[in-house]
Amino acid sequence: MIQPADLRADLRARAEALGQSLPALLAEADQLARSVQLGAHGRRRAGQGDEFWQYRPAHAGDAARSIDWRRSARSDTHFVREREWQAVQSVTLWVDRARAMGFSGDANRPAKADRARLLALALAVLLLRGGERVGLAGGDPPRPGRAQLMPLLAQLDGDAPEDFGAPLTAGLVPHGRAVFLSDFLGPLPPLEAALAEATEQGVRGALLQVLDPAEEEFPFGGRVIFASMGGTLSHETQSAAELRARYLDRLAERKARLADLARSAGWHFSTHHTGQPAQSALLWLYQALEGGR
Amino acid sequence: MIAGLAFTAPWLLLGLLALPVLWLLLRAIPPAPIRRRFPGVALLLGLEDKDRQADRTPWWLLLLRALAVAAAILGFAGPILNPEPGQPGTGPLVILLDGGWADARDWARRQERALAALEEAGRAGRPVAVASLADTPQTLLPGTAADWQGRLGALQPKPWLPQDLAAWGTNLPEGGFETLWLSDGLAHPGADDLAAALLDHGPLRVVASPRPLYALHPALFDGGKIRLAASRSPATTETTVEISARGPDPSGTDRELARLPLTFAAGAPRAEAELDLPPELRNRITRFEILGQRTAGAVSLTDDTLKRRKVAILSGGADREGMQLLSPTHYLRQALSPVADLLDGSLSDVLPAKPDVIILADVARLTQSEQDGLLDWLDGGGLLLRFAGPRLAASDVARGDEDPLMPVRLREGGRAVGGSMSWGEPKTLAPFPEGSPFHGLAVPPEVTVTEQVLAQPDPELAGRTIAALADGTPLVTRKAVGAGQVVLVHVTANAEWSSLPLSGLFMQMLERLAVSTRAGGGAEQVQGLTWAPERLLDGYGQLADAGQLAGVPGETMAKVLTTGPGPAAPPGLYRNEERRVAVNAVNAETALTPASWPLAATVEGLETARALALKGWLLAGALVLLALDVLAALALSGRLPGLRRAVTVPMLAATLLAGAVLAPGSLRAQEAAPPPDPAADARAIEATRGVVLAHVLTGDAKVDEVADAGLRGLGEELWRRTAIEPEEPMGVDLETDELAFYPFLYWPVTANQPLPSPAAYAKLNRFLRTGGMILFDTRDGDVAGYGGGATPEAQVLQVIAAGLDIPPLEPLPRDHVLTRSFYLLQEFPGRYNAPDLWVEAAPPDATLEDGMPFRRLNDGVTPVILGGNDWAGAWAIRPDGSPMFAVGRGAAGEQMREIAYRFGINVVMHVLTGNYKSDQVHVPALLERLGQ
Repeated sequence: MIQPADLRADLRARAEALGQSLPALLAEADQLARSVQLGAHGRRRAGQGDEFWQYRPAHAGDAARSIDWRRSARSDTHFVREREWQAVQSVTLWVDRARAMGFSGDANRPAKADRARLLALALAVLLLRGGERVGLAGGDPPRPGRAQLMPLLAQLDGDAPEDFGAPLTAGLVPHGRAVFLSDFLGPLPPLEAALAEATEQGVRGALLQVLDPAEEEFPFGGRVIFASMGGTLSHETQSAAELRARYLDRLAERKARLADLARSAGWHFSTHHTGQPAQSALLWLYQALEGGR
Repeated sequence: MIAGLAFTAPWLLLGLLALPVLWLLLRAIPPAPIRRRFPGVALLLGLEDKDRQADRTPWWLLLLRALAVAAAILGFAGPILNPEPGQPGTGPLVILLDGGWADARDWARRQERALAALEEAGRAGRPVAVASLADTPQTLLPGTAADWQGRLGALQPKPWLPQDLAAWGTNLPEGGFETLWLSDGLAHPGADDLAAALLDHGPLRVVASPRPLYALHPALFDGGKIRLAASRSPATTETTVEISARGPDPSGTDRELARLPLTFAAGAPRAEAELDLPPELRNRITRFEILGQRTAGAVSLTDDTLKRRKVAILSGGADREGMQLLSPTHYLRQALSPVADLLDGSLSDVLPAKPDVIILADVARLTQSEQDGLLDWLDGGGLLLRFAGPRLAASDVARGDEDPLMPVRLREGGRAVGGSMSWGEPKTLAPFPEGSPFHGLAVPPEVTVTEQVLAQPDPELAGRTIAALADGTPLVTRKAVGAGQVVLVHVTANAEWSSLPLSGLFMQMLERLAVSTRAGGGAEQVQGLTWAPERLLDGYGQLADAGQLAGVPGETMAKVLTTGPGPAAPPGLYRNEERRVAVNAVNAETALTPASWPLAATVEGLETARALALKGWLLAGALVLLALDVLAALALSGRLPGLRRAVTVPMLAATLLAGAVLAPGSLRAQEAAPPPDPAADARAIEATRGVVLAHVLTGDAKVDEVADAGLRGLGEELWRRTAIEPEEPMGVDLETDELAFYPFLYWPVTANQPLPSPAAYAKLNRFLRTGGMILFDTRDGDVAGYGGGATPEAQVLQVIAAGLDIPPLEPLPRDHVLTRSFYLLQEFPGRYNAPDLWVEAAPPDATLEDGMPFRRLNDGVTPVILGGNDWAGAWAIRPDGSPMFAVGRGAAGEQMREIAYRFGINVVMHVLTGNYKSDQVHVPALLERLGQ
């Protein structure tokens, strides 16, 4: 039986840890998002929004108050100031929190989970800044505004106990967008089911496979017992180097399968390595969401 | 077991037997697997290993581990390279020194080595006996180490070599003991017997010196030239030694008269050279010596052998054509021309030439002026040898009263015996009486006398007779006149009156009278006489007065001349009346044979061959192997990042092993090219970090230590008083170290200093030419100046300085810049206060200007300062800052030390600022010119 005092202490410690790490994560995500936004770009069509888009001659039916008098005064015709269209999208993010994501092949590299969270949060920052609604699968429904960042942060934290994660479809908004960030090394059927459900709801999106370079290269040799992060699976080999080629074959096979799945569901699929900079993956994600429209 | 390798715990080597077991054990156990977290395991499930090779330890890993364990076992067994046998020895220790002149070259080091052994034995409480084998054999009595330490310090090398080592072998103490034999590296008679006897009692350690040994054979006179020969041991590469011929100059000062190089061909133990000198110089030579070798063996004293006496032969009768064999002087000329310089001319002509001997053959009357001249000459030490003849017999010289130029009064007419007109047999010679210079010469029976002049019986006659006929009538008489002597031979110098000039005895008698000199050898020439030692050599080749030593009988002397000197007759100069015989440590036949030792004896160098414990190296090697093993095991089990494929690991191990095997070889290959020397670089950086005072390493540990402490003390004072802030002083090895970094070299001169090599001389000269200064300190200010002769240090300094590019020197003038470069000084004491200090001479045109207190001496720094006041001794401080040596007595001594420091500061100032203080002299003039 845990004493309430212990609980409180534990909670407080975790909260403090969170308070220390999350702003850092947030700041990092902000920075990452800013680096992407620098060249990124509106919807390139007129519509609702705050940003100026273009002046056009007023037609009949335009409200008088929509005429931009300052511009019109410079010529004989009336002009309407159009603003760039800013559609509101609901984007649901799923970040795999299973223990497999906690792997890092090198002390200098972030764990896959860290990179996934960073990407998710940076994407959230970008989207929120663009006025979209962002939420986490399995959590609260997507909401707009920068204030949404803190709940997102809070929900991103924490690890799941299982070895390999399965995508959650609970928070998907019909006809919205979804982004699944995982290593997709676990069994595939849950993913297939989730994608099927998403397709049913008209949700499209992107699968981003986050892998450690060690998983991509298999730099092992000698007598090794490989165990999953949770310890539920294990495999012993006398010469790990022997296995490399066959492992790589299987990995390529898995990637091809994932790409197939994504294509059939109308999703995008890409692989990101934690050894690479996060910007490229963020850019890809952003464009995947853009292009999916 | 390998020679020179021993184990402190040999039983541990049994552990090597366990290696095969280890091999099997290791072989059976493969490296443990790693548990590795890996998310991709899901993809691995179901993949089978193709072959299971890694469940056996690979052979190279086995080998690595076996080597590591073997190295550890060997290491713990405590292997020692060049072990000092009996280091933990017990029982008595006998220390033998050869003690001959061959030891003199590094006697101090031998003593140190023996002292070290003594101290070691003292610590272990072992009884010790020390003996110098050059002494007369005596029974060895073991005593305590403390007893021997004092006696060992007083032991000096003898000027001869050990004579009879076998006799020592019979005088060994009872029971078992260990022997330490400090050998001079030469084979001595009986050494094998002694070594065998020593080995019977216990282990024998032999310490051999690495320094080459040179010996100079007596000079021979041959065909108008002096032939010199020297031997060496060991006979190694081509070497050139310089031989110096010394003797008094016209003022009587001993100096070098000639010098010649003597080159040993590679591998040749003996070298010869010829020296051609004018007779005037040649007759002055008193000794030859090999430069830089301070041993009695490198000194060869000369005696009458080299002297060519000037002999004037005068006869009464005019030479008659065709009557050569009847000429009164024919036989004399024949006998003397090869061994003496003959003077011709009338008496008044030859007297100014100061002949050593004047021979008057059958000359009766002399003019008054001739007689006075002869008497003066006799008073100065001449030898007048007169022969009788018809004219003398017919004259009335010395009939009534004794003629000053005749030893005895003569009876009128003389006598003839055994001739055709007389009765009786020709007379033979009586054996020469004791006290006669001819004593000991064999009298040949065929020598007969048919006619002679007879002496008047006088009271002095018996005393003046040095040879007589069988019937007792005097044949040769002699009397002293002043410092000289008159000798009358009562027969003619030709074969008219006797057969004496035809016999070999005639020559020998002339030699005994010091009229001629023998052509070499001639042990029979010393027979029968007693030879009084005049000056004797010590082991270092220094001559000293013999004092009141007893004379040496001729028989002993003859033996010594053939076999070499010994305790009975030490090397030196011996005198009998006018004749002098030199006994040299090395005679003409002496060969320097390298010693050979029994296999059971351990031979080590004098100071090298320190026991090298290999334990640390082996254990370190084992550790390295184990570290490699760790790496290999890691690599094998895939825990080593960067090594992806296990296949590369054996290759890596192979490379490592190959590298370890090949490394020494490749290192050797690199040595062929001049490798960058990090030690020399570090030293150069150290030397150039600041001003570094340096001293020349002499090889004498004590002198070097004092020099170092002295420069440290001077540096402290400089630091305290002046703007010069020197770093720690450094010792400089002339042969190996670069001199360019030091502005100032302090060179304490020791008597045993080896001469610098030509390369070192070149370095020194470059140093002097580029502004460096050397302060030579002979450290003999306490004794120099007394007794006139140069001290051994001063002689060595002369020899050393001969090769240096030194300008003319003069005693330090009172206005030299050294007297005011920092302090105003007029005397320059160290521990001694000898006034002599020599510096570069001022240019001859230096003049004193009006109003100036000093001469204008503006050029340069004197490259050398020569003195003998042992400055380093006065400067020397201990690490705690207290002075190392007392100077003088009381407060006056401390004042002297202060002045010594001031001198040192002045010297360093002079070195570093040059003539700056001299320029200061002109400041008033400059100020004046600037118009105030």
